[in-house]
Amino acid sequence: MAFSRRNFLKYAAMSAGGAAIVDTPFFSARARAEAEGGTARYVPTSCEMCFWKCGVIAKVQKNKDGVDEVVKLEGNPLHPQSLGKLCARGQAGIGQLYDPDRLKRPMIRTGERGDGKYKEVSWEEALSYTAENLKKIIEKHGPHSIAMFSHGSPGDYFTNLLSALGSGNISFPSFSQCKGIRDATWELTFGHKPATSCERVDMRNSRVIVLFGTHLGENMHNSQNQEFSQAVGNGAKIICVDPRYSTAASKASMWLPIKPGTDTALLLTWINILISEDLYDKAYIEQYATGFDQLKEAVKEYTPEWCAKETDLPEANIVEAARELGRYAPSVMIHPGRHVSWYGNDTQRVRAMAIINALLGSWGRKGGLYLPPKGKFPSYNDGAPEYPIPDEDPVIKGNYPFAGGEGLTQVVRDVTITSDPYPIKAWIIAGTDLLKALPAPARTREAISKLDFMIAVDIMPAETVMMADVILPECTYLERHDGLFKIETRESGVSLRQPAIEPMYDTKPAWWIASELCKKMGLDDYAVKDSWEERMKRQAKAWNVSWETLADKGYVSIPDSAAPYITPENQPVFKTPSGKIELYSSKLEEKHFDPIPKYEPTEQPGEGMYRLVYGRSPVHTFSRTINTPFLWELMKENELWLNKKEADRLGVKHGQRVRLENQDKVVSAPMLVKATERIRRDCVYMVHGFGHNSPRLSKAHHSGVDDQELITHYKVDPICGGTGMRVNFVKIIKEA
Amino acid sequence: MPRYVMVIDQSRCIGCMACVAACKRENNVPMEHFRTRVVEMVRGEFPQLRTEMRSELCNHCDHAPCVSICPTGASHKQKDGTVQINRKKCVGCKACIAACPYDVRYIHPEHGWADKCSFCQHRLKEGKEPACVATCIGRSRMFGDLDDPNSEVSHLLRENSWRVLKPEVGTQPHVYYINQFPRKS
Ligand code: SF4
Ligand code: SF4
Ligand code: SF4
Repeated sequence: MAFSRRNFLKYAAMSAGGAAIVDTPFFSARARAEAEGGTARYVPTSCEMCFWKCGVIAKVQKNKDGVDEVVKLEGNPLHPQSLGKLCARGQAGIGQLYDPDRLKRPMIRTGERGDGKYKEVSWEEALSYTAENLKKIIEKHGPHSIAMFSHGSPGDYFTNLLSALGSGNISFPSFSQCKGIRDATWELTFGHKPATSCERVDMRNSRVIVLFGTHLGENMHNSQNQEFSQAVGNGAKIICVDPRYSTAASKASMWLPIKPGTDTALLLTWINILISEDLYDKAYIEQYATGFDQLKEAVKEYTPEWCAKETDLPEANIVEAARELGRYAPSVMIHPGRHVSWYGNDTQRVRAMAIINALLGSWGRKGGLYLPPKGKFPSYNDGAPEYPIPDEDPVIKGNYPFAGGEGLTQVVRDVTITSDPYPIKAWIIAGTDLLKALPAPARTREAISKLDFMIAVDIMPAETVMMADVILPECTYLERHDGLFKIETRESGVSLRQPAIEPMYDTKPAWWIASELCKKMGLDDYAVKDSWEERMKRQAKAWNVSWETLADKGYVSIPDSAAPYITPENQPVFKTPSGKIELYSSKLEEKHFDPIPKYEPTEQPGEGMYRLVYGRSPVHTFSRTINTPFLWELMKENELWLNKKEADRLGVKHGQRVRLENQDKVVSAPMLVKATERIRRDCVYMVHGFGHNSPRLSKAHHSGVDDQELITHYKVDPICGGTGMRVNFVKIIKEA
Repeated sequence: MPRYVMVIDQSRCIGCMACVAACKRENNVPMEHFRTRVVEMVRGEFPQLRTEMRSELCNHCDHAPCVSICPTGASHKQKDGTVQINRKKCVGCKACIAACPYDVRYIHPEHGWADKCSFCQHRLKEGKEPACVATCIGRSRMFGDLDDPNSEVSHLLRENSWRVLKPEVGTQPHVYYINQFPRKS
């Protein structure tokens, strides 16, 4: 049966733009299978090789033994996060499904914690053992002594379990180790996060895109990267601020190789230029913002000349970049980025980025940041009762007044170590490798040593998982239901996850594991009534979405939900105390922080030391995919990016192996040197997530170097509580 | 008969390897072998640098040295412009590997036959683009029929200056490259 991909793409673009969807039989998984004569099934579902939730269509065929096998994954053309395509990781999902190293059966620890000795047990035994231990701890210390850490969809189900138990100690590395500061800071400024399901950046219509460390291309989020290339093709000016000549920098008309730690100096200087040269959007600021006069006064001291010295950038480029932004405003943006926990004073840098977007009038404007879509979905709890009020206040926000609801992982870790204000005695870790995610892994190990009980729910036997007392093996995303998912891009829509095949081995979906634990803990009212699929059907009904269509097409868009730009009828709502964009933040003032960002210098490396900078590869998602066969093959280990002239000075050759020693005398495993002109002389760079210690990961074990082991030091942002991790310095040891 | 070609807009490639991964899965390419690759070439000195992103694959040459050297006729040129390998005829002698100026062939480690990019011949028959093109995140790889003056590839080659790899060897490739570097607008 022939169909043209071109048409597919055309329709997909229309749906993502919010226009009416033109239907064709091939959006229907059922019709497609029938047209092909029924030799294959197609299952529309959602990718979880990262957390972008791309729509994927799994092709399933019977193998020679008559067993269903997933043979191909492709992007769902209807889904705005994939637009008919998958990234390398998305393509390689089959590799995760059939990875022979997967966790296969529930296990209970028999040896010492961390020595890897376990016995395989039945689910009944594993769950009873888990429940018994949790009950014991609750009896002695109260429910608040149980904490949960998670990333990805298992988090939802275990959040339900903990909330039902009466513990609020739930935290996600996505806040303090990643994008939490960004979200909290944009809320202070605009009253909204800059992202819903994706960063709401209208790159396809932009004239100027400024990236601060955001390495699109290497940091792979499918639709966003598609749009970035589109912008490059359109001739948008890319201004890339990064000490490293990233892939994005290679697309830029201006690369600003800034001295690490000085970004806020550049941003405040740009604000000064935009104001003093009258390049900002006066009408917009007058109508929508407050605090302009104070801002104008506060930034006067940041001159281009001073900035050039501070940032190590040419003064002419500093000025030219600001003028380009002014010239093309409002179809311009400072991209809000994702991982922003860098130096421990990150809230103020991110504030300055948000403020520039305000001055340029780019919020709610074509080519800037588009407005959140309309079409709200009521929260759905399937008739479960209200959660009890926790017996003790959760510790997850520490003493950080603007920490978000996702919590501060490192604070929970600290409390586990100190028992102050109360003991935390059990951890549930669902889908996150904490030793790789959190800075100062020695502290993570110390905290784990204080626990009475540790539960891991995961797919792969990563090092953190292999320290747990009980391991509950989850099936992969291709074997389970999850959702429904609200997808908020330019438009609102709903998607789902549904199994392509039955769970392999003795693995189970996280919803089932958490639900069974609810029952064992006497919390039947919070357990899943029948199956997650039935629950999803009820939710679809409550949301007024046809289940049949959703299950057949994988994505349903909400008509007329797109309202991307400000018009007389579509006025922006700013959920700040003043109802306006707060250039001067009343909330920060109230808590005695600088209401307008100020520049604070960051500590620079001493003689013979380099700042350690880390980032992403487009073929891996942190540490979780390194062992995935098809991805391991594309990138087996990470390299140390070292400036070529520094390499020559040190007598280090490209391709040689060296060790790194950090300021706390921690020494890395040997790693390959990439001697390159693509990085400044004062820093080195590596891709995050490598150097697995778990011997059960046969491919990833000891492949490459773990940046986190060298990140022994971190600086906490006093406002939001994010852990700044680019504050470690390393020297290079030649004899590897 | 169509005349299939690939046009690669190098300025739009972001080096994400989605194409490589898609090719490997689509064609069950054995571990650690590849039918296509993305090469990143950086020139210059800090901070004056320039990068060329280049997808490489079989060029489906009109004058294909792999075809002329093949002793069994396994490697052959088809009417649709593609160069294919008849696996039944291939004896794995590696002559084609030595003859190809572009280093895009390998011997299948289990089956012993020569293998390379087929332009996803099996997909073309179903009216689909090659897998790498279908998933190209940057929309850098484009594919179509050069005999159709209205096809996207015909438009692209009319409107852009293009080049092929190693024109001096006279192979007359069917893979065309445009926009070697991003525009410095
Ligand atoms: S960006 Fe890639 S890995 Fe992430 S959800 Fe999409 S296809 Fe999957
Ligand atoms: S690129 Fe090499 S393998 Fe392909 S047709 Fe030309 S000579 Fe043959
Ligand atoms: S998929 Fe496209 S953008 Fe990505 S590396 Fe391949 S050619 Fe480049």
